[in-house]
Amino acid sequence: MSDTPLIPTSIKIVVAGGFGVGKTTLVNTVSEIPPLRTEEVLTEASVGVDDLVDGKETTTVALDFGRITINAQVVLYLFGTPGQNRFWFMWDELAHGALGAIVLVDTRRLDSSFPSIDFFERRGIPFIVAVNEFEGAWPHTMEEVRHALDIAPSVPVIACDARDRESAKRVLVELVHHTMRRLETAPA
Amino acid sequence: MNPDHDWWYDEAAGPLVRPYAMTRGRTRPNAPNLNLVTQVRAAGHPADPGALSPEHLQILEICQAPLSVAEVAAYLDVPLVVVKVLLGDLMERGHVVAGALFQTSDITDTKLLQAVLDGIRRI
Repeated sequence: MSDTPLIPTSIKIVVAGGFGVGKTTLVNTVSEIPPLRTEEVLTEASVGVDDLVDGKETTTVALDFGRITINAQVVLYLFGTPGQNRFWFMWDELAHGALGAIVLVDTRRLDSSFPSIDFFERRGIPFIVAVNEFEGAWPHTMEEVRHALDIAPSVPVIACDARDRESAKRVLVELVHHTMRRLETAPA
Repeated sequence: MNPDHDWWYDEAAGPLVRPYAMTRGRTRPNAPNLNLVTQVRAAGHPADPGALSPEHLQILEICQAPLSVAEVAAYLDVPLVVVKVLLGDLMERGHVVAGALFQTSDITDTKLLQAVLDGIRRI
C-alpha cells in the first residue's frame, strides 16, 4: 500500500443464491449509490468453445453491484452473482480475493441454493447462509434449514429480511465476524 | 479510422462489433491483473490527448477520483472486457495507476476487517 497511498484498497463480498431469492434487493438495501449494472461479454476466449450457448459466439452476463465506502483507504463492493448456472466461470473472478460470500436462501426453493454452497465450500471461501424470510413462506427454524442444506456447524445460518437495512447490515456483520473467526483458527 | 480495416464487420456480426471496435479487436488487456474491484485512478493529464480515443479520455475524466474497474465499466456503459483493455492501454502509457486487490490470505492482523465492521455499522 505504501507505493500507492492515494488508491484505496477494495474489498469484495459476493451475494449468491438462486434466481429471485433477493440478491439484488440485499445489495440495493445497503449500497450507498444506486446499484450499478455492468456487463461481461463472453467470447470463445472466456468460456471455451465447448461451452458456447446455442451456437452463438458471444453472450452477455449482467452483474449488479453496490458500494459502501468504509473510509478513505477502504471501499467495500457487494456483487450479486449471475442467476444462471452456465456462468460459473464468471463466479471465479467474482470470488477471487473476496472477503467472503452470503448465500441467500428462499425456504420455498432450498435446492436452488445448493450450487452456490457447493461452489464456496469447494474453494474454501468463507460464507454464511442468510434465509430471506418471504411472506407466505412456511416458517422454518434455522436448524431445520441447516439440516436440510447439510451446512457445517461452524457456518452461521441466520434469518434476514433483505429489504430491511438493519437486517441486511446484520448479515454483513455476521459474515465479517465469520471471516475473522476463520482467520484466527486457520493454520499459519 | 482507416476504412480498409473496417471491411470485416457488418450488421450480421451483431453486438460483437461495437465494443470491440473500441479496442480495435483486442479482447485481452495488457494489464492482466485487473479484477472487477481493482481501484484505478488517473495520474495527471496526458501530454498527448490526441493519441487517445474518446473512450480513453472519458475514463481519465471519471477517474480523477479512484473508482473500481466495475464502476468505470458501468458508468461508461461498456462491457468489462472492453474497459479492461482500455485501462490496460492507459496504464501502459502511465496515465492510470491501479491499486491492490484485498486478499484474505494477505491479512496478518484483523485491523482491516475491524475497519470494515465499523464501516458497515455506520451506514
